[in-house]
Amino acid sequence: MEGSIVTCTICPIGCRIEVIEDSSSDSGYLVKGNKCNRGIGYAITEVTNPARILTTTVKLNNACLRRLPVRTDKPVPKNLMLDCMKVINSVEVDTPIELGTVIIENILSTGVNVISSKTV
Amino acid sequence: MNEYDIAVIGGGPAGLAAAIEAKKHGAGTVLLIDREMELGGILQQCVHNGFGLHIFREELTGTEYAERFIKELKELRIEYKLDTMVLSITEEKVISMVNKTEGLVNIKAKAVILAMGCRERTRGAINIPGTRPSGIFTAGTAQRFVNKEGYMVGRNIVILGSGDIGMIMARRLTLEGARVKVVAEALPYPGGLVRNVVQCLEDYGIPLLLNHTIVDIKGKNRIEGVTIAELDENRKPIGGTEQFYECDTLLLSVGLIPENELSKGADVKLDPITGGPVVNESMETTVRGVFACGNVVHVHDLVDYVTEESRTAGRNAARFVNGEAGGYGPVIRTKPGNGIRYIVPHFIRRDKVERSVDLFMRVDRIFTDKKLVVKSGDIVIRAINKAYMRPGEMERINITAESLKAAENLSLTIDVE
Amino acid sequence: MYDIAVIGAGITGCSIARELSRYNIKILLIEKNSDVADGTTKANSAIVHAGYDAKPGTLKARFNVPGALMYEKLCSELDVPYKKTGSLVLAFSPEEMKTIQKLYDQGIANGVPDMEIIGKDKVHEIDGNLSDEVVGALYARNAGIVSPWELAIALAENAVENGVELFLDSEVTRIEKMNGLYRLHMGDRFAEARFVINCAGLYSDKVNEMVAAPSFKILPRRGQYNVFDKSLGNFVNTVIFQCPSDSGKGVLISPTIHGNIFIGPDAEDIEDREAVQTTLEGISYIWEASARSAKGLKPNAVITAFAGIRARSSTDDFVIGESKEAKGFINVAGIESPGLTAAPAIAVHVADIVKGLMGGLEVNPGFNPVRRRVVRFMELSEEDKRILIKQDPRYGRIICRCESITEGEIVDAIHRKAGARSLDGVKKRVRPGSGRCQGSFCGPRVMEILARELGIDIKDVVKNNRKSYILAGETKDNSLYEDIHDIAAASRKV
Repeated sequence: MEGSIVTCTICPIGCRIEVIEDSSSDSGYLVKGNKCNRGIGYAITEVTNPARILTTTVKLNNACLRRLPVRTDKPVPKNLMLDCMKVINSVEVDTPIELGTVIIENILSTGVNVISSKTV
Repeated sequence: MNEYDIAVIGGGPAGLAAAIEAKKHGAGTVLLIDREMELGGILQQCVHNGFGLHIFREELTGTEYAERFIKELKELRIEYKLDTMVLSITEEKVISMVNKTEGLVNIKAKAVILAMGCRERTRGAINIPGTRPSGIFTAGTAQRFVNKEGYMVGRNIVILGSGDIGMIMARRLTLEGARVKVVAEALPYPGGLVRNVVQCLEDYGIPLLLNHTIVDIKGKNRIEGVTIAELDENRKPIGGTEQFYECDTLLLSVGLIPENELSKGADVKLDPITGGPVVNESMETTVRGVFACGNVVHVHDLVDYVTEESRTAGRNAARFVNGEAGGYGPVIRTKPGNGIRYIVPHFIRRDKVERSVDLFMRVDRIFTDKKLVVKSGDIVIRAINKAYMRPGEMERINITAESLKAAENLSLTIDVE
Repeated sequence: MYDIAVIGAGITGCSIARELSRYNIKILLIEKNSDVADGTTKANSAIVHAGYDAKPGTLKARFNVPGALMYEKLCSELDVPYKKTGSLVLAFSPEEMKTIQKLYDQGIANGVPDMEIIGKDKVHEIDGNLSDEVVGALYARNAGIVSPWELAIALAENAVENGVELFLDSEVTRIEKMNGLYRLHMGDRFAEARFVINCAGLYSDKVNEMVAAPSFKILPRRGQYNVFDKSLGNFVNTVIFQCPSDSGKGVLISPTIHGNIFIGPDAEDIEDREAVQTTLEGISYIWEASARSAKGLKPNAVITAFAGIRARSSTDDFVIGESKEAKGFINVAGIESPGLTAAPAIAVHVADIVKGLMGGLEVNPGFNPVRRRVVRFMELSEEDKRILIKQDPRYGRIICRCESITEGEIVDAIHRKAGARSLDGVKKRVRPGSGRCQGSFCGPRVMEILARELGIDIKDVVKNNRKSYILAGETKDNSLYEDIHDIAAASRKV
């Protein structure tokens, strides 16, 4: 039986929640260690499909700042973070740029766009 | 000498929100002064997200959060000066400042809002032994280099202190291809938010050593490594636990200090615990017409609370210049009791509270399954169950104007029970 | 071919080079580090001693008092801040009062002016924060404080203005005695000089041994310090000593010329001449020892710690004079305390030695002892500030908020002779980074200015020496990922 431990970030308590595969339960998992119900969904998602908003910068030309802050418009799978970085690192943009402008469309075919998080 | 209704010192989240709110509440001329080349303060180097959940009900990056306020400031046509350093503020509210284009300028304001934020504690302030090579940065300075200027501060990194900026830089540098070897924290719990422990450290397999600190720094020119040791209950290094970590960079995330050198010149009284001005519920300091908000008052964990507090300061500064502030009336003093390090505001003018007042505080250690109890004498005004409290996160208690009437001896004590 | 090569650009070498620049001779000043004043000169107590410590008859005694008396004029010529604060040596027992008397007598023998033995009340009148345990003190009005590195830098600058050549990043590794001259090898280049003056500080014994048999040894002795925030103001107004012991003048509490307070040093004999690290033990010791003089200093007001190494000679005195084995090779070594105070007087003495060896010296008609004034923006009147910014807007841009240093001052420090080439170089000259934030705010800005003014890439700006790089390349560099491929997949399996 495979199990994982997840630290919950829903609230400051930070419960250490254990998630164990369990075909007999409805969700398919046995969840232990959570102090409240909100932890269950969080923990299962963290184990099955952990994803994060990626925030970083891209090279910016013709401006006094040399980097433009960018982020993904939706969470990307956690294990693709560094692969996404490599794509983002190879991009250069020119001013002017509005906040929200799509910089990279559908990065690594995830259906997620990288957008500018600043107007320059 | 030019005169303004309100002068706001600092164009970070606190100054922006205060200036906007003051203008919206009828202040005539508002001038905002900032030393950077752009508005937004430290938010402009915060490319990470997690801002705005309380204020906007959505998760923004620091730059996005700043941009909303900057846009509004410009729409309200609030005057601002950039690349301008304030040299002094007097009790008479004369502000002396200097910049390249106008030179030395003195202005007079009817009200002043202090919003200078805070600075980072340095290696010297915590007296880490060892040599003094290059490659030692405060986390915030590293953040500026990496995010705004696009430079790497190093490749093999050790971080001392688990403040939020330090953890955020651990992730940021990892994403840029550096190797963060370890984060050492002298206290038994992380300094920053749990969310950052998970998403910045655990996500990337970066070890967090609690009860550990750096006892030696090695390196003649560039830093070559640090020795980390475990600490006993008295925070003294335990002999034999020393371990050497090779690194080319050390980041320090060991605390923030409100920046109040200018406040002292204005004769504003400071709280020795917070390092910031003593304020009442309107965020007015001990000098009438001088208000303060944000990290210059006390170091906040979330920018959203800075915004709320700064709106209070802006609103009340506008009232003050429009002659609507009135006298003090009965003044209630807030007193940190058992387990509470400090409370802001320090005073509440009982009759000036409209609907309610928020009290912000930090506990002095970790508590589980306790209550925060607000009392006046023996009368319990409010009690809230708390499953978990730790010094890294601010606590907030809302007290209604109605319940303040019960504060018979004009003092409120908050205890952990 | 030079007439004279001075090895080492600390306070001693710079004083001698500048003194010799009064004469019509070709002088080379050689420094192994990337800046002048980078060794013991930048890490010591910064005291101009009155001169009662040294045993009568020693070279220390001979040069201390006249050196101290030269400071006022020297610092005014070179526009270096110096303040005659006076010093107190505290006694905590009748026994120690005997030592005070001995010091007083020694002072009289050495010719120290303006000394007085005072009682407890007078001590507290002078410095109210001192311990109640004090029974009396030796008060020497002629003691003072100065910035040693600023003085050495000013001397070097003035020397270069007057024709001295300065080699930085040039470590003398070998000296060849040739026919009537010395060839000094510095890596793959060399210089030749008729006379050599060895002011190599911690390495002066090694340099001596390049031309002669060992006649003295440098026994490095480390001292550690804590510096406090300016908000402590005048916690003490005078330099506070305790009764001296065998290992030195004890732990001081003293104001600095820039308005801070410091405590230190301890005295620890060490092997490694580069071991300028601070230690837990050393810092705890200076706290313990200084608390005897005055209580009330708080650890949270500390802004920095540092350690310096004294170049103590095995002969227990300064070593000054021509080598017996090497004609024309003059040692000026073992210049530990009161070396800073004695340096101006030593320089005059060495010039006399050179005169003797060269059969007299012709005066340099172009010699100008006065250094171009240094603008200290915050010390100007409001009117002068306005005028200055109008002339040069860079004085309207404050770079260091803790010390209120303007861009104009930093640019000037870079473009002066023997000017700043590094972050520490700027810090030593105009102080950004010396304040409470220790450069975390101004560091990046100073680096930008250095890069722009020196015409180099910001990545090539260093902290002090050439290997002390600050930035490690740029972000967005995909070549950095090769060896960390699996980090994202870091597992947290049970």
